Amino acid sequence: MLYIKCPWCGERDETEYHYGGEAHIVRPENPDELTDAEWAEYVFMRTNTKGVHRERWVHSDGCRRWFNVARNTVTNEIVSVYKTGEKPDLPEAATTKPAQVKKAPAKKAVAKKAPAKKKEGA
Amino acid sequence: MSRFSIFSLARNAMSWHQNWPRQWRSPDPKPEYDVVIIGAGGHGLATAYYLAKEHGITNVAVIEKGWLGGGNTGRNTTIVRSNYLWDESGLFYENAMKLWENLSQELNYNVMFSQRGVMNLAHNLGDVRESIRRVNANNLNGIDAEWLNAEQVKEFCPIINISKDSRYPVMGATLQRRGGTARHDAVAWGYARGADDMGVDVIQNCEVQGLMIGNGTVKGVRTSLGDIKAKKVAMACAGHTSVVADMAGIRLPIESHPLQALVSEPMKPVIDCVVMSNAVHVYVSQSDKGELVMGAGIDAYVGYSQRGSLHVIEDQLASAMELFPLFSRTRMMRSWGGIVDTCPDASPIVGKTPVKNLYVNAGWGTGGFKATPGAGWCYAHTIAKDEPHDLNAPFSIDRFITGALVDEHGAAGVAH
Repeated sequence: MLYIKCPWCGERDETEYHYGGEAHIVRPENPDELTDAEWAEYVFMRTNTKGVHRERWVHSDGCRRWFNVARNTVTNEIVSVYKTGEKPDLPEAATTKPAQVKKAPAKKAVAKKAPAKKKEGA
Repeated sequence: MSRFSIFSLARNAMSWHQNWPRQWRSPDPKPEYDVVIIGAGGHGLATAYYLAKEHGITNVAVIEKGWLGGGNTGRNTTIVRSNYLWDESGLFYENAMKLWENLSQELNYNVMFSQRGVMNLAHNLGDVRESIRRVNANNLNGIDAEWLNAEQVKEFCPIINISKDSRYPVMGATLQRRGGTARHDAVAWGYARGADDMGVDVIQNCEVQGLMIGNGTVKGVRTSLGDIKAKKVAMACAGHTSVVADMAGIRLPIESHPLQALVSEPMKPVIDCVVMSNAVHVYVSQSDKGELVMGAGIDAYVGYSQRGSLHVIEDQLASAMELFPLFSRTRMMRSWGGIVDTCPDASPIVGKTPVKNLYVNAGWGTGGFKATPGAGWCYAHTIAKDEPHDLNAPFSIDRFITGALVDEHGAAGVAH
């Protein structure tokens, strides 16, 4: 069971909340001009992060307000809780501390190269 | 490979069963393969098996970061059925069911496939209508399905509570008699043994750390045991598909969630079928050891931790208690979690990717086990021909762009 600290009500059990999926997905400003692929990106595609994941929660059995949580999806450690509309930088320790996450930078280095190469082919 | 038979059993009994050969090798990776499959679970191993068997491609490696069958293959509740609503899914899973029915003979390995019947309960008028619709759709596709009323449900599974005083009374159920359970580990072991015999290398403790890609074509994989070149690379890594796909810069509509299951202490046989309920949210069967095997829905949040929250288990046991009051004094022995890769339309993705010669088999969500032989069979065809089989063509990534979703949420998305 997660303990989540609502920005308004304080720390409560996970059962008081509902999950709202990945945070900071912005609705396109120009819906008329979007291609099908761009719509698919907005509606369906998700980062599904292994590591620190920014996500939305709503305190449905409490103040019923939405807010954001940065949570490590491997350890379930909650790194940061912040209000809707904000997007603070995460403390560096949070993204490098646990052994599982330590591997991430190596993977990311490869991942960063890959898209560039992919573009050549695509 | 030493074949299992009554004669080999008798022969080995003479030497106190001390001289059985190993069932598969543990080779070091070669520098290059025709096909590298990422993930030695049921799907990956089945794919390797059918690549060798059906398409004659034997220069294949199946690489696995943990141990063989140690992911969702060894963590699911082993239910097999094919009574899906839509034609695309129905035909796909029915092909898998036909492979299941002959799998022990095919592999010369007892996968303990037991067609004990799977009931999906209906608890309200909406459920009843939807269930009867699904029975009719199944029958039109040549899939066996029956509608049972509450009394018939009680007759088929005598310990179930059909009292009208229940909060969610049982109003009937669909029944697929050909559905049932199988021994999940044996499926992975049987495919590994069969594939190994045809020359496939199954390499455990070998984690993929990157993909080698040039000119939009995959050239190989970087692993914890060094670089391995490959003409084709196929992902079969379930909950970690997004992580591997990210190495190729591919975005997927997949989210990984913990899914929990649990077993009770062993007890005498009380339930000889599989009972599933979407509405009260639990599914139950009894293993040959006598343990009740139960599962339910996913934890709501994205997670890679292979464990979930306790309240999800509490809910599912409350549901089980409502359906089976006699379970009230049963002690639960252990619970665990697996990481399932869910798709928005509760259907899988099996096919090509934007990167040439890189293939994806993912998004099985909570119901991948039942598809194991069929998924491997279709995926092997897709890899060998560089083109999907008719059965898996509807399950491409492109459907999220074209909008041709195979929306099984209503029919199957909750309890698989």
